[in-house]
Amino acid sequence: MRKMIEGSRAVAEAVALCRPDVISAYPITPQTHIVEDLSQMVADGQLDAEYIRVESEHSAASACLGAVAAGSRAYSATTSQGMMLMIEVLYNIAGMRLPLVITGVNRALSAPLSIWNDQQDTMGIRDTGWLQLYAENSQDALDMHIQAYKIAEDDRVLLPVMVCMDGFVLTHTYESVDMPEQEQVDAFLPRYNPLYRLDPEDPYTLGAFVGPEAYHEVRYVLQQDCLGAKEVVKEVARDFQKAFGRWSGDVIDTYHCDDAETIVVALGTLVGTLKDWVDARRAEGQKVGVVKLRCFRPFPGEELVEAVSGAKQVVVLEKAVSVGAQGIVASELRSALYGKATVPVACSFVGLGGRDITFDTIDEACKRAGDGETEFFAGLRTEVLEEA
Amino acid sequence: MSTSQASNRRKPPFAVVTRPGSSLRNKTGPWGIQKPVWDWEKCTGCNTCEAICPEGCIRHLEKKQYEADYDYCKGCGMCAAACPVNAITMTTEHR
Amino acid sequence: MATKPFTYDISRGFLPGHRACAGCGQAAAVRMVMEIAAPNCVVTNATGCLEVFSTPYPESAWGVPWLHSLFENSASIASGVEAALRKQGRLENTRVLAFGGDGGTVDIGFGALSGMLERGHDILYVCYDNEAYMNTGVQRSGATPYAASTTTSPAGRASFGEDHPKKNLPAICAAHGIPYVATASMAFFADLKRKVRKALGIRGPKYIHVHVPCPPGWGYPEKDTVEIGKLAVETGLFPLVEWEDGEVTRVRKIKRLPVEEYLKPQRRFRHLFRTEEGKAKLAEIQAIADSNIEKYGLAG
Repeated sequence: MRKMIEGSRAVAEAVALCRPDVISAYPITPQTHIVEDLSQMVADGQLDAEYIRVESEHSAASACLGAVAAGSRAYSATTSQGMMLMIEVLYNIAGMRLPLVITGVNRALSAPLSIWNDQQDTMGIRDTGWLQLYAENSQDALDMHIQAYKIAEDDRVLLPVMVCMDGFVLTHTYESVDMPEQEQVDAFLPRYNPLYRLDPEDPYTLGAFVGPEAYHEVRYVLQQDCLGAKEVVKEVARDFQKAFGRWSGDVIDTYHCDDAETIVVALGTLVGTLKDWVDARRAEGQKVGVVKLRCFRPFPGEELVEAVSGAKQVVVLEKAVSVGAQGIVASELRSALYGKATVPVACSFVGLGGRDITFDTIDEACKRAGDGETEFFAGLRTEVLEEA
Repeated sequence: MSTSQASNRRKPPFAVVTRPGSSLRNKTGPWGIQKPVWDWEKCTGCNTCEAICPEGCIRHLEKKQYEADYDYCKGCGMCAAACPVNAITMTTEHR
Repeated sequence: MATKPFTYDISRGFLPGHRACAGCGQAAAVRMVMEIAAPNCVVTNATGCLEVFSTPYPESAWGVPWLHSLFENSASIASGVEAALRKQGRLENTRVLAFGGDGGTVDIGFGALSGMLERGHDILYVCYDNEAYMNTGVQRSGATPYAASTTTSPAGRASFGEDHPKKNLPAICAAHGIPYVATASMAFFADLKRKVRKALGIRGPKYIHVHVPCPPGWGYPEKDTVEIGKLAVETGLFPLVEWEDGEVTRVRKIKRLPVEEYLKPQRRFRHLFRTEEGKAKLAEIQAIADSNIEKYGLAG
């Protein structure tokens, strides 16, 4: 059914359609509307779930960990500082191979304090072992949550998935979405049937202490399974298309890349802006295209190489900085290209702390990349720097 | 596993789950030299020794008879020290 | 004596072969708790001695489903387990227990514990208090008693060791107004088991704080764990108290022995017996015991 709703509402309804048994979250802007909506659904008896109102994000993630270990489907949402407080538990959930799904609302990190959008928070947890999907619009975010549980709970994966969505840009804007029916989701996503759970009838020990004789191998298996999850992400995207008739890409998606001389790579809502920009510039005769990095973990290096190898230049627009090093996506893309193609990759930091990313910003990034710059901040307000 | 009888499912990933009671393979007896020996004539059957043993390797045979499993007894001597009637002796000559 | 071989069923909950130090008060206390709680329960465990000595992969001393995650979240993961079991209809027949040491409970896991108690989860939290971070090498915790020498509150020419009294976490838990809070000692095993049985018969959040002497951390012969535990109680330094709905309902009367009898056998207090200033500290510790005796009515 099509409806015009807020992005947070779309996610809350999608999560409810996935029938989570346990929800635990701690409020933080701009994640709040999602968890408020879910709370109301529970309060109204529309959603039969245990909602644990915890005293911190650390406990929100921990309560979800316990719930999944006990064999339930669980859900949480957080952002920014809350995600930073969760980090210790996020590593733990992945290491324990618990298929939790969390919405990672994207917001800048303090200091200085900012509640506005960029992607420094989710990029900062990229080494935890969580899969990460980045939503372009509300429909994408909605669909990704349904796919996320299917991916996470697959026996071949058994890893948590974070659906990343840009704070305010998506969470607080209204878009028309096609909301699936409960029967459709039930058919696509059966009830969680855990491979192992806490059960006195079959009392396993979860979370043992592992010494140097086996830890190395534990990490090896985690890496293999996370890399292997790429095929499951693709498979689930195809199955989703069959069931719901929609396609928004699997690990990546491309827009006018076939003959493009300049390809811009981005994650999240920026992809939508870029598609408009491509239409505008192509109307002027510029051969530009966009790659949407839909799945950032596992990193789809081969797919990206295939998508960008024919271009004359690649510009990665990054909403996160690995301070003291380089753009995160750009350096991983360069690494993937190494020995396979020689297309130059430039990194432009854009839109940090909620700064609007306009066509001018994108044009500036492409021009400076064309001029040979490899790492730079686009859209810097020189008057602000001078004032300082 | 109880929740997944189907044999076509994969096993839990490496080292994620451990079997219950698998510590029994770790015989801690060699940790200690002295072991407790009971004088059943003195024993009153109060059960203190069995109750306080950190290993849980003392068993109650009959009313006033206890014995330790030397495969696991670390020889701490708590049972002997806590016995209210001094019915337990720590000794190296226990076999 | 030729007897039949020893056998161990996992239904006892906690089995031999674990790697606790000889004479470990905590291992003894866990056995006492599990004797009452097993087999129909789930245990969550904070990082610490118990977690490490009971589950070195691929060995586990647990016979019940057991979950360890991190240091500070035993209460939070237990909250999630409890909610899941309730949703699945399994909570009627399964008790949830959350375990932690004093560091994981009194210090780093304090917020998570308070949240668990305040939200009313049907969980029994058991804190095994050996009065310092023993797993990392006897560093001072919020439960370390006044004037004890630890590796981070060492006695020295300018210090008499820990300079603050032990945090009264049981009273703080009782202040949450939860149905049941108790202190217990592994040295009074019948009393401890009674309290565990009582707690497991009550629905809602319960908290039991168990005093567990530690031979290497406190510095006394390993055979004396029970004796040291008894002396802590009988001097008034570790009162055995029960609270119901926030009110003290029962205490164990004590012999009121002088605190020196408890302190002198322990290496962590020996500096107090060497100087005149140390003796003044002993008087201060006696005052703490006297205050406990007065406050809880411990005198027999």
